[in-house]
Amino acid sequence: MFAYLVRRLFLMLVTLFGISIVIFFLLRVVPGNIVDILFAAAGYVDPADKANLEKELGIDQPLMVQYWHWISGFLRGDFGYSYVSEKPALQEILPRIPITARLAGLALLFSASIGIPLGVISAVKQGTRLDYVLRVISLSGLSLPSFWLGLLILTASVAMFGQMPIFNPNPQTWLEAFATYAVPAAVVGFRSSALTMRITRSSMLEVLRQDYIRTARAKGASDASVNYNHALKNAILPVITVIGIEAAFLIGGLIVTETVFNIPGVARFLVEAIRWRDYPIVQNLVMFIAVVVVFANFTVDMLYAVFDPRIRFTD
Amino acid sequence: MRSVQALAILAALSLLADPTTTFAGEPKQGGILRMYHRDSPGNASIHEGATYSINVPFMGVFNNLVIYDQHVAQNSPDALRPELAESWTWVNDNKTLTFKLRQGIKWHDGKPFTSADVKCTFDMLMGKSQQKFRQNPRKAWYNEVNDISTNGDLEVSFNLKRPQPSLLALLASGYTPVYPCHVSPGDMRTNPIGTGPFKFVEFKANESIKLVRNPDYWKKGRPYLDGIEYTIITNRSTAILAFVAGKFDMTFPTHITIPLLKDLKSQAPNATCVVEPTNVSTNIIVNSSAAPFDNIDIRRAMAMALDRKSFIQIMFEGQGDVGGTMLPPPQGLWGMPKDMLESIPGYGPDVNKNREEAKKLMQKAGYGPDKHLAVKVSTRNLAEYRDPAVILIDQLKSIYIDGELDVVETANWFPKVARKDYMLGLNLTGNAVDDPDQSFYENYSCGSERNYTNYCNKEIEKLFDAQSQETDAGKRKKLVWDIDKKLQEDVARPIIFHARAGTCWQPYVKGITIMSNSSYNGFRYEDVWLDK
Repeated sequence: MFAYLVRRLFLMLVTLFGISIVIFFLLRVVPGNIVDILFAAAGYVDPADKANLEKELGIDQPLMVQYWHWISGFLRGDFGYSYVSEKPALQEILPRIPITARLAGLALLFSASIGIPLGVISAVKQGTRLDYVLRVISLSGLSLPSFWLGLLILTASVAMFGQMPIFNPNPQTWLEAFATYAVPAAVVGFRSSALTMRITRSSMLEVLRQDYIRTARAKGASDASVNYNHALKNAILPVITVIGIEAAFLIGGLIVTETVFNIPGVARFLVEAIRWRDYPIVQNLVMFIAVVVVFANFTVDMLYAVFDPRIRFTD
Repeated sequence: MRSVQALAILAALSLLADPTTTFAGEPKQGGILRMYHRDSPGNASIHEGATYSINVPFMGVFNNLVIYDQHVAQNSPDALRPELAESWTWVNDNKTLTFKLRQGIKWHDGKPFTSADVKCTFDMLMGKSQQKFRQNPRKAWYNEVNDISTNGDLEVSFNLKRPQPSLLALLASGYTPVYPCHVSPGDMRTNPIGTGPFKFVEFKANESIKLVRNPDYWKKGRPYLDGIEYTIITNRSTAILAFVAGKFDMTFPTHITIPLLKDLKSQAPNATCVVEPTNVSTNIIVNSSAAPFDNIDIRRAMAMALDRKSFIQIMFEGQGDVGGTMLPPPQGLWGMPKDMLESIPGYGPDVNKNREEAKKLMQKAGYGPDKHLAVKVSTRNLAEYRDPAVILIDQLKSIYIDGELDVVETANWFPKVARKDYMLGLNLTGNAVDDPDQSFYENYSCGSERNYTNYCNKEIEKLFDAQSQETDAGKRKKLVWDIDKKLQEDVARPIIFHARAGTCWQPYVKGITIMSNSSYNGFRYEDVWLDK
């Protein structure tokens, strides 16, 4: 087990190193930099001013030197300064992380708490009207773009209640805080829950046809016991995998949802930073997301052993 | 009787003693004005920016030497008011402009404001000081200023190379605040210090900008508001819905398009909305240094094919203006009169006739029904650029030009234009001040950095100088019309239309005036108050 852990950790480091190179060079491949954007916004360019600014920001240096400055700083915990706000990158990124983390956590919770039970019900009630209704709901969840759903909810809430669930930066109560995140989390989680439900359903259907399920029923186990203690426990592994992958894909949905609901999280911030070619923010933020995703995958792998005692990580 | 009189006097005194007491219709102190902001400005330094995304939130932090009256919609010489300056005089054959400054004004950090601050600001704008702005987009405004001299703490003079009456107009722009000497340009980008009615509190990128009342403001009793909070909402639909839901007291100025304004009014019928010209023209930049547009006939044909009223009808439901370089009257001070405008080729009311003439020019250049000219129409990837570009492509078909839309990201737009890597470009030009000096020198002068097409006509250049020095407003106007006509005839940068846009606020917001000939100068907000 220990050797396996060491090997996994080593692989994680190699992955993160590869990601750092990809992020760094891809950003530079995209035409234009912060200086181009600043001068484009001002509608003029003075070559001397431009050169001074590029020198001041260090983007006139060879790419390898720039990469070394960034990665060595990153390892030392020096994340540099945002080109746009001129504040430390960490100071810009850190306050936004809890906002997105809460939103992502709630969205995943929504996804799992809706998707898994409905998937089980759909499988157990296979071929019934309820199964068809649930499958239609899941199909709509996969089909509806989250920005459209978000705008629809905002428009409907203004039309019906004269209010809209826009982000409240200073909620006074726990309930207010929950309300701030609940609707956008549901919008993001809806698509994810649809996928979770479909995977749960198909996985459950496969397990429910196994011999040991028939044996359990023959021994007189109740439906609930068969479905949840025997079938779901064995069907859950692919679902966990999907939830793990969805956690990584969530950032895409969050970008749109944070924009529509005006939530000042890292996802929207990342898009703005890319638009401005704010390299210190984009590089560090993407690295942070990469670290989270790599560790999420690692955690998912570890969870396999928890849910399936037959799996043991040995050499 | 005496007791009644005594009671009346007592009541009057008590009213005077309580500054919060207000009479019906009189301004009330207090409250936070909540407005959404359309995007996150790059920084807080007005001098380093070239977008009203910076002016709107930060103009209230500063003062100018002079300012356009914030309650008069049309910026004009008659609307110029002293601000940090008490008065001004032109001396030395109109080559020296001297300002007497107000006494006792303090910066937000408590340091005194003096003539040295004025000198510092304009020396830096002219590139003559040790400290430099990271960007200085309006350096050319001060080309005719030789130097700035001070006489004690309360007098400052602008010494000019030649008379330039419109210097006052430039100094009154929201783009021309006075900065403190003792704060570096870098700090002004992140933590601006001014003398204005509102103090800067914080600017969270992509999130919010907060200003708070300056209790030591030199204009007693102002501002009325306790503060202003801007929430940055980049999604226009969300922002407008939030205004409708009452989350905001005001929309971002001139942010509502005409079609959206109808929706907004139907959802918030009590809102007060105004539509005004923005003094932003939509125009065509032509690469005349390469084929095929090095041929003046093709350039003229293209300009003559424009059906400007169709653009305005499609994009603004008829609420836009046809004009030349200068914003047309009545809102514009310097625009050509209608009959003069219609005498320019392509501006006549009979579009079909114009296009027939354009076709002849195209045929002369070797194109026709069997041989179309293929061009790329480049433009920025923003709706206000893309939409007219698509209409332009459609209209050019009528004269054998097949256009293809080339959408360019903002980061690459200006480098592409500077490299002359385009054939036709659909461009927007905003004018900070409705004054020919700003517009002509910036966009059409030989060697100007914002003269994207490198149009250069030495004869017109002389006329630019002649109008700039003319002190008789009537004579100057005629010169300006002649120049504008010539620019259109030369197809220097064909103007398609001048846009209009809407601004809305809740009925309890008072004291707002939206400027009718500039989008950059009306955001001091010291007289804005909330009637609730």
